[in-house]
Amino acid sequence: MSPQLEIQLIAVIVAVACALPGVFLVLRRMSMMSDSITHTILLGIVLGFFVTHDLSSPLLIVGAALMGVVTVWLTEMLSRTRLLAEDAAIGIVFPLLFSIAIILISRFAGSIHLDTDSVLLGELAFAPFDRMVIGGVDIGAKSIYITGVLLLINLTAIIIFFKELKVATFDPMLAAVLGFTPALVHYGLMTLVSLTAVGAFQAVGSILVVAFMVGPPVTAYLLTDDLKQMLLLSGLLGAVNGILGYQTAALLDVSIAGSMAVVTGIVFLLVFIFAPHRGLVSSLLRKRNQRIQFAKINLLLHLHNHEGTDEEASESGINDIQTHLRWDTVFTKNILERLREENCIRFDDGVVKLTDQGRKTSVDNYKIFFSEF
Amino acid sequence: MTTFIALLRDYTFQTVALGSALLGLISGVMGSFAVLRKQSLLGDGVSHSALPGVVMAFILLGNKNTEILLLGALVSGLLATFFIISIVRNSRVKFDSALALVMSVFFGLGLVLLTYVQKIPNSNQAGLNRFIFGQAATLLKRDIMLMAICGSVLLALILLFWKEFKLFTFDSDFAQSLGFSTKKLNLMLSFMIVVAIIIGLQTVGVILMSAMLISPAVAARQWTNKLWVMVLLSSIFGAASGVVGTAASSMVSKLPTGPAIVVCISTIVMVSVLFAPGRGILHRLYRRKRNKLLFKMEGGAPNVPSA
Amino acid sequence: MNNNATSYAVEVEDLTVAYDMKPVLWDIDLKIPKGKLMAVVGPNGAGKTTLIKAMLGLLTPVSGAVHFTNESEDLRAFKNRIGYVPQSGSVDWDFPATVQDVVLMGCYGKLGWVKRPRKADMALAQQMLKKVGMLEYATRQISQLSGGQQQRVFLARALVQEADVYFMDEPFKGVDAQTEKAIVLLLKELKENGKTVVVVHHDLQTVADYFDWVTLINLCVVASGPVNEVFHEENLKKTYRSTGGLLRSVV
Repeated sequence: MSPQLEIQLIAVIVAVACALPGVFLVLRRMSMMSDSITHTILLGIVLGFFVTHDLSSPLLIVGAALMGVVTVWLTEMLSRTRLLAEDAAIGIVFPLLFSIAIILISRFAGSIHLDTDSVLLGELAFAPFDRMVIGGVDIGAKSIYITGVLLLINLTAIIIFFKELKVATFDPMLAAVLGFTPALVHYGLMTLVSLTAVGAFQAVGSILVVAFMVGPPVTAYLLTDDLKQMLLLSGLLGAVNGILGYQTAALLDVSIAGSMAVVTGIVFLLVFIFAPHRGLVSSLLRKRNQRIQFAKINLLLHLHNHEGTDEEASESGINDIQTHLRWDTVFTKNILERLREENCIRFDDGVVKLTDQGRKTSVDNYKIFFSEF
Repeated sequence: MTTFIALLRDYTFQTVALGSALLGLISGVMGSFAVLRKQSLLGDGVSHSALPGVVMAFILLGNKNTEILLLGALVSGLLATFFIISIVRNSRVKFDSALALVMSVFFGLGLVLLTYVQKIPNSNQAGLNRFIFGQAATLLKRDIMLMAICGSVLLALILLFWKEFKLFTFDSDFAQSLGFSTKKLNLMLSFMIVVAIIIGLQTVGVILMSAMLISPAVAARQWTNKLWVMVLLSSIFGAASGVVGTAASSMVSKLPTGPAIVVCISTIVMVSVLFAPGRGILHRLYRRKRNKLLFKMEGGAPNVPSA
Repeated sequence: MNNNATSYAVEVEDLTVAYDMKPVLWDIDLKIPKGKLMAVVGPNGAGKTTLIKAMLGLLTPVSGAVHFTNESEDLRAFKNRIGYVPQSGSVDWDFPATVQDVVLMGCYGKLGWVKRPRKADMALAQQMLKKVGMLEYATRQISQLSGGQQQRVFLARALVQEADVYFMDEPFKGVDAQTEKAIVLLLKELKENGKTVVVVHHDLQTVADYFDWVTLINLCVVASGPVNEVFHEENLKKTYRSTGGLLRSVV
């Protein structure tokens, strides 16, 4: 396999592995926790190294994942004192743990050959140099296997515990009543997130892991309402972002991980603007239609309210309506014209009058809006 | 002791310590408002998002002056804030997701630009990296001047509009009903917070900046129930940890300044949360125990202690 | 018609308000005479709070307008004639401020931008705190207050505004019986001084005792007028629709 292909394969695996648990992070409104975890795993790696003295030891991954869970626990402990808000707790815990990690690395730089830059920023381009060799046979880049195992773990966990995750995300109280112990589900998910962050950081750097965890799920969130579809779409979007990101990076000769993050952002922006139902364009169009629809109901109701009263002539005169409702002239004309075409109103000596049809529509509208409550 | 005195006479130390103290002071003041407005994490978002602005300013203007780079940081920080707000306002994406997405994408863009700059021949790009981790040691006298000027303007504005900011932070609807423009107040306060974040980047870097904004304010909040005392204490805590962190990193070899400052301020937070009279955890535990005792002895409801 | 206008404190004309294009108030026409104690009554989600916020200018209506008697004056002067008591749940009570700080905020409108409160304002704040029976709490932190005390503080803040028209959003929510009585007495006193008070209220049992004017709303105005004319079973049924069983015990 060529290095280019290997890099793309790793990029896709990492992106998909990150996107899956990310879906639940986004839905549980815990996106910023992923930011926190991706920083603090550095401390886990450093501490793990002190124990094993081996940068490639799997114990490092365990230590880092554990540190992720500890981060979540510390943050929750702090915010549970009610002395500070939850977001403030996040913003206090992770810089502290991260600072400790940086200090340890600098102090013992002689014995730890750990480059902070590569942990935080990552460099996918170097991944193919680290080979997996079994029995003297080169079977591909090591990263492929590490991230592959990670993806497998995430997939299995989410498929097995799909029901539990769904209930605990949607309604923790209900989950508790049903006996699913939301706290267990919560920490289980956080362990997955930490593991993923640890597995992914060598490839893409820990800060950008956040982009891959949050980006595809948020994009998918604008496209679907179904949780399963959201998971599938997130995975797919992650893969697409990975490949497009690599191609762009290769074209411009820039950081691969950074370019993957930028592509993630651009894809989100496109979906944000053009998504079929929730996109900016379609919601602006809908709002415009709604405004007209709404103005028609509004006007009919206005006429209905003043029908037969003394002020009718002053409230419902063709020229008075716009001053009363504070609409501009063009808009008022437009609405009046539409209503007349629909046979709801007629003009009678400069006064707008409801037709029977109009009266009926108005009463119907009124009933519909009442029954909504 | 003699090393300490020698240190105090050292010109570099004076510069760096002054810079860190200024940073702590400014972020302590502005952070109080950010925390009370429940915008703690905005600092994290804005500081990460500043990176592409720094590099872009360098690419476009080919200049490594701190003012220019920080101006770029300011623009991209504000742009990111604008994106976050528009995403939240126009879609069902929640604030935390929008924040996480925008800041990581911006940071990614920053990396792309950095790697791009490295490929331009003859562009001495060394030193741009310092905004990621912060390098207090590179602070120059003119950087201090810049910080002092920005800081004075911010402080003056806070003093001038103290009443308005207090009212707006506590109850914005009421402020509007009194005829104050909450739009203007919101814009002004947010802008000032962003400026405070940007001037700290050089010293502590994009990753640790959020701690400088949040921690002094959270610590100060535990000791007082008055806003002005909180803001004052917060600035003192911020400045003190700036100086102590700098001193520690000068006296201990291989101790980076930014992280040292953050550990310092975090220690103050922990002490405050545990030991502050009235609110602190220990005081609460003690009160609970005393109440239980009273309850047993008098066989009735305990007197609620007045503060 | 014109000389009539002066006897109304607030006139709401064809007001329609929507959140995100979802209409919450439909074509509201409402005239509130001066010197009345008016209750705004309606089921949950009927738009009571929205109506008050729209009258205060906190929301931009889709159509229609709100008029006050002294409209010709500039915005600041006219805002100073309006007092506002928001729902006590709308603010963060852990904010570092004392009772006196909060009450003093009532005079910020009169002060305008930049100017600081003076001794006279302090004295006024003290006086109003005394009026609501909270003087001895002046230096307390606001997080140490009970629900009833929080409401009294907000009330004192509104009194410091020395307004002509007061808008209060559920001032009786979550308060003890004693506070409720105190608030009612204050409302009556305001009325005697010729002030107009608009109160969002949800306890149907007490409407007739506390108020002399009532507006029943449920998206539209169902009825508005003197309590003894308007507040009867038929109108209430129209307002509350299916909850007729509950109403029989009231009227």
